[in-house]
Amino acid sequence: MAETKAIMLVGVGGQGTLLASRILGNVLLSAGYDVKVSEVHGMSQRGGSVVTYIKYGDKIFSPVIEKGEADIIISFEELEAARWLPYLKKGGKMITNTQQINPMPVIMGVQQYPDDLIGKIRAKGVDITAIDALALAEQAGSSRAVNVVLMGLISKTAGFPEEAWQNALDACVPKKAIDINKKAFELGRGA
Amino acid sequence: MAGLMLGNQAVARGLYEAGVEFVSSYPGTPSTEITEFASTYDRNEMYSEWAPNEKVACEAAIGASFAGIRSFCAMKHVGLNVAADPLYTASYTGVNGGFVLAVADDQGMHSSQNEQDSRNHAIGAKVPMLEPADSGECKEFTKLAYEISEQFDTPVILRLSTRVAHSQSVVELEDRKTVRYEYKKDPHKNIMTPANAKPKHVIVEERTKKLREYAETSPLNRVEMFSDEIGVITNGAAYQYAREALGENASYLKLGMVNPLPVKLIKDFAAKVKKLYVVEELDDVIETHCRKIGLDPIGKELFTFIGEYSQTYLREKILGEKNEFVQLEDVIPVRPPVMCAGCPHRGVFYTLKKLGVMVSGDIGCYTLGSAAPLDAMDTTVCMGASVSGLHGFNRAMRGEYEGKAVAVIGDSTFIHSGITGLINIAYNRTNSTVLVLDNSITGMTGHQNNPANGKNIYGDPAAAVDLEALCHAVGIDNVTVVDPGDLAETERVIKAALAAEEPAVVICRRPCALLKTVKHKPPFRVNTDKCKSCKACMKIGCPAISMTDGKAHIDNTLCVGCGLCSQMCRFGAIEE
Repeated sequence: MAETKAIMLVGVGGQGTLLASRILGNVLLSAGYDVKVSEVHGMSQRGGSVVTYIKYGDKIFSPVIEKGEADIIISFEELEAARWLPYLKKGGKMITNTQQINPMPVIMGVQQYPDDLIGKIRAKGVDITAIDALALAEQAGSSRAVNVVLMGLISKTAGFPEEAWQNALDACVPKKAIDINKKAFELGRGA
Repeated sequence: MAGLMLGNQAVARGLYEAGVEFVSSYPGTPSTEITEFASTYDRNEMYSEWAPNEKVACEAAIGASFAGIRSFCAMKHVGLNVAADPLYTASYTGVNGGFVLAVADDQGMHSSQNEQDSRNHAIGAKVPMLEPADSGECKEFTKLAYEISEQFDTPVILRLSTRVAHSQSVVELEDRKTVRYEYKKDPHKNIMTPANAKPKHVIVEERTKKLREYAETSPLNRVEMFSDEIGVITNGAAYQYAREALGENASYLKLGMVNPLPVKLIKDFAAKVKKLYVVEELDDVIETHCRKIGLDPIGKELFTFIGEYSQTYLREKILGEKNEFVQLEDVIPVRPPVMCAGCPHRGVFYTLKKLGVMVSGDIGCYTLGSAAPLDAMDTTVCMGASVSGLHGFNRAMRGEYEGKAVAVIGDSTFIHSGITGLINIAYNRTNSTVLVLDNSITGMTGHQNNPANGKNIYGDPAAAVDLEALCHAVGIDNVTVVDPGDLAETERVIKAALAAEEPAVVICRRPCALLKTVKHKPPFRVNTDKCKSCKACMKIGCPAISMTDGKAHIDNTLCVGCGLCSQMCRFGAIEE
């Protein structure tokens, strides 16, 4: 029986975590797994902290991931990587975009954006890869393609056929944005 | 064919396959996507609409059922309070074509003002309630709900939760079938005068007995026997958590029909296991039933009434096991939802904070006006309560606050249930000031058209409520329209309305910045030579503005060029 694997996508509302989760879910389903994807809507467009859970295996029951359970966490923003770190399983892998988006308490000067979060996470013995996905997204033609850059990056380590990813992009990305997103995916995959 | 579907999407698919022809709903997280997905089907087969509120939606669906077609309405848990009136009596009339009402509870209050358990409404209305635990069941249970509705002559409630509604899992697609019944006038069945309703109540009680018998053997309720050490009676998302937490070290009675509950099935299951748990989120409905039939399960003495459960929570509570995890020593600043850059509500709430008035709040994006740094809200209860509550507040204060208190309510919420409160202000006369925040869309639930914006669910042109004329028609003479993007004018107009010796409405009109039809200007930028670091621009709480190296800085990936910050700057440092 294939072990249940758990992936989390975390970021800031408006960064496109929902589209990324659709792409990932599509790839996993085509690979023959039972898949559950859980997301919270409603407040997600308002710049709040957002999380999506993706679980796959022979048979998935609970759609949620709890502290200490995620095999992989893909973070769209540095502070969110730190916020959701406790959800990573011992020996799990973290991938983060180095983009920093100030939350309201930092904007108002009430709290500080902590420094060197990636270094501190690494110092905890966590396997973390950091890339500037925003720069690659802009290179692809849109700052909004950060989500697909990160999917390109994860496609290297996730180990599914590239064709499955391309099919998932075709199925999930609106037609008018497909060229930019395919380029963003390639840049992420090459990073 | 099979694919991943949201629970809500699967419900919509179930409606289509069940041959439903009429769908009417008011948006409410986490139920909204059911109706959005329903509207993607051919409207000649399955017609969908946004109703002004849940009561109207429910009554429209009852009317369609009377006519002989299968009908549907969806709402969030608090929406069922609004629709409870028609539902409780539709329980007596029963149906012609099958009628199903979906209600989505919000365990954990991801996007709600309370955490009520809708199973209590099913018990109160004496109607059957089905509760799926994944998307596949969402589709199957939806279809079965119509069979039950017609077989037992009753409305059926389909209960979802945030987790089930907003999780994707695999769904198999099947073909649509069509079902239509003839319309026949039947006063004894459909006119609920006391003379007709008294014999109907007898029928309702008999129906509950029959439904309970049905529950004993229905495929909706399923026993999974593995171990006789632990038995778990559970429902909905809680089943998934229990199944993952305990695996095959326990046995399960998964209840897909949560009202009425079976008796023999539960007793037989309880007799087969050494230790019996009831694992249900929110209220102790199943547990109370178990006690009524003479069982003594472990329930709320161990598990909380509050929030969502999870596999980790149950593992800890039942097995005493905890997960290990790492965390940083740093304090991680919270990231609460905020008004978007360019949000038209920002100018209104900045003005209200500046004026220091009491703000009677309501349900929508603008409830974020309660958050720092705007902090411009005093109360929020439910849809429409801003307007009616302000009237009571002003009456209680004997007029003392009439010049320093306002109600704020969005266009969609005003249509939903603000109008009646405004009628009360005019009729029972308080000099109350109501601000209608008209952003031309139902925003918080993700952009649905509504009766005030001139478009129906399909985006076709539709009659638009003329808000100014409506206010005049109910007896409000003092009605002003202002663009909340103009801070000086907004302040002047709100002050004038507050000063007036009569009830007043100010319509703050500017479309939501996220609407695709809204053309944005290029991002503004800070001239650092002119910036005096006074932080005046920070007072509006825009997520695009921060202090970088001692000077104001505008994030050009977020800024939509609304220009509100430039109106705050006395030094002309913020430039187009």
